[in-house]
Amino acid sequence: MTAKDLLPIAIFAILAALLPVFVTAGTWLNFAVFTLILCLAAQGWNILGGYGGQYSFGHAAFFGTGAYVAAILQTRLGINPYPGFLAGIAAAAVIGWIIGFLSFRSGLRGSYFALVTLAFAEVFRVLANAAEFTGGAAGLLIKLDVRPENFQFASRGVFFWVALGLVTVVLVITRALERSRLGAQLVAVRENEDAARALGVDVFRVKLSAITLSAGITGAAGALYAQYFLYLDSSIAYGTWISVEALLAPIIGGAGTVFGPVIGGIILHSLSEFTKSLVGRIPGVDLVIFGVLLILVVRFPPRDIPGVIRAWRKR
Amino acid sequence: MRAFPLEIVLESVANGLLTGAVYGLVALGLTLVYGVLHIINFAHGALLTLAMYAAWVAWSAFGLDPYLAILPLVPIFFALGYAVQRFVIGPASRGDDSNILLVTLGLSIVVENAMLAVFRSDTLSVQVPYAMEVIEVGPMLLSFPRVIGFGVAFVVAAVLFVILTLTDTGRAIRAVAKERTGAALVGIDVNHVYAVTFGIGAACLAVAACLLLPSFYVNPRVGNAFVLVAFTIVVLGGMGSVPGALLGGLVIGVVESLSGLYFGDSLGQLGIFVIFILVLLFRPTGLFGAKA
Repeated sequence: MTAKDLLPIAIFAILAALLPVFVTAGTWLNFAVFTLILCLAAQGWNILGGYGGQYSFGHAAFFGTGAYVAAILQTRLGINPYPGFLAGIAAAAVIGWIIGFLSFRSGLRGSYFALVTLAFAEVFRVLANAAEFTGGAAGLLIKLDVRPENFQFASRGVFFWVALGLVTVVLVITRALERSRLGAQLVAVRENEDAARALGVDVFRVKLSAITLSAGITGAAGALYAQYFLYLDSSIAYGTWISVEALLAPIIGGAGTVFGPVIGGIILHSLSEFTKSLVGRIPGVDLVIFGVLLILVVRFPPRDIPGVIRAWRKR
Repeated sequence: MRAFPLEIVLESVANGLLTGAVYGLVALGLTLVYGVLHIINFAHGALLTLAMYAAWVAWSAFGLDPYLAILPLVPIFFALGYAVQRFVIGPASRGDDSNILLVTLGLSIVVENAMLAVFRSDTLSVQVPYAMEVIEVGPMLLSFPRVIGFGVAFVVAAVLFVILTLTDTGRAIRAVAKERTGAALVGIDVNHVYAVTFGIGAACLAVAACLLLPSFYVNPRVGNAFVLVAFTIVVLGGMGSVPGALLGGLVIGVVESLSGLYFGDSLGQLGIFVIFILVLLFRPTGLFGAKA
């Protein structure tokens, strides 16, 4: 990794960090924080799906585990939220490792892998909805106690910087992965798994590393969500919405690229806000547009919006 | 685990079998599409939701009994399925597995949320005089709509079997399923056959929707409840196997009914997911040994 690799990330981080200086309206900052949380979840998906070509339909399993572990540790056990946050990431990574171990060991690829991840996420959702320590169907409320040492901030701007910091860290991690041996092997697995194996790549180990890292990052997004909104239930934490958005953002913004999930996340959430302002509070309309966008992006290659712009400029 | 008297367990098994036949019908469409097109159709559940809304509209706007609604809905959904494969999924796939995965996911998002936008998230149901009627079989009380559903599901499966074995279209479908290139070489229009197969799958859903509606409800997310069940049945019965789908449906119906009896309704679903994961992990070719 060279300075040139890091320059775009630094520029992005500095420009984005200026946002709370100019924008002080609560709703806008709220929107920005939520968008960053989605970007973070999508960055996690991008490691496994974008670079590794293993399309998970169940990243909610990791998002929810990160969220619940971070929330339960502080509400039930009184543990400080910062170590709780790290524990949430670790727990999600462990779940990722287990799901990866089981499914990759059985040789599940493509649609089968997508199906099994979806089923795992549903199992977690049903369990979290039924169990007592997760608050069951009523959900889990983190007590409002606004102190910086409690990971709660009076100003939304501070939370924005925390979220931006995490997104930036993951941008750097992704860039480092791209330049690493593991990253090259992961891309080889995506392009042709059998050829990669024939060349001596330990496919199973590579995929397992990718899903563990991927799950940890998406788990961080979940833990951050819990910490920001201070409320969780099973259909938020383990709901299909996050599996779908974590997948859509990188696909639309450019899967297997460093900035893809961030670009896609910003496009998705801006589009969703824009439609809401246009048609009012009709539920589902924004998601209809996401779905149409997904179909169009797949239908007309190159498969992502930056690619479409590049192709258009070349003409 | 609580012990239940034998009659209650028997009744639970019987009701499971009845529901399972309709599950089998849902899975039939999915497995047929998989067997011929070799694609996993994630939009299957959303299409079922759409069909259930169509049957609900037929009842609430035109006073059409859900069972009679089968007659207009089957051709409509056949045409819809044909068009979706021909003009959306087919062109977008370009032979890439992951493209199909994403396009059908996109379709399901569109359909599900369009229903949400139009009908909102309220749960709707139809009021028909026979909804609560029961039929006495020995010591058991069986719900009338479920018995009808069971019977019709088998009739549909039989009709499908006849179409596949005896008609030219059926022969073409089986030829394409076995050897696509060969079928194309002898002059079969493969894209047409794909679209017909997809249409048949959608028509099966239309029937299933009409059978479910009298004893069930519809909301924009109802398809989700069925799609994982249908996938479970399909992998259990062996991907692409028609009898496997029916048999798998019956098994899953009983499993759901029994685990609902013993563990309560919310955890009852868990049994299905666990079976699904276990089958995928350890026996992805299905329990009845169809080749993957």
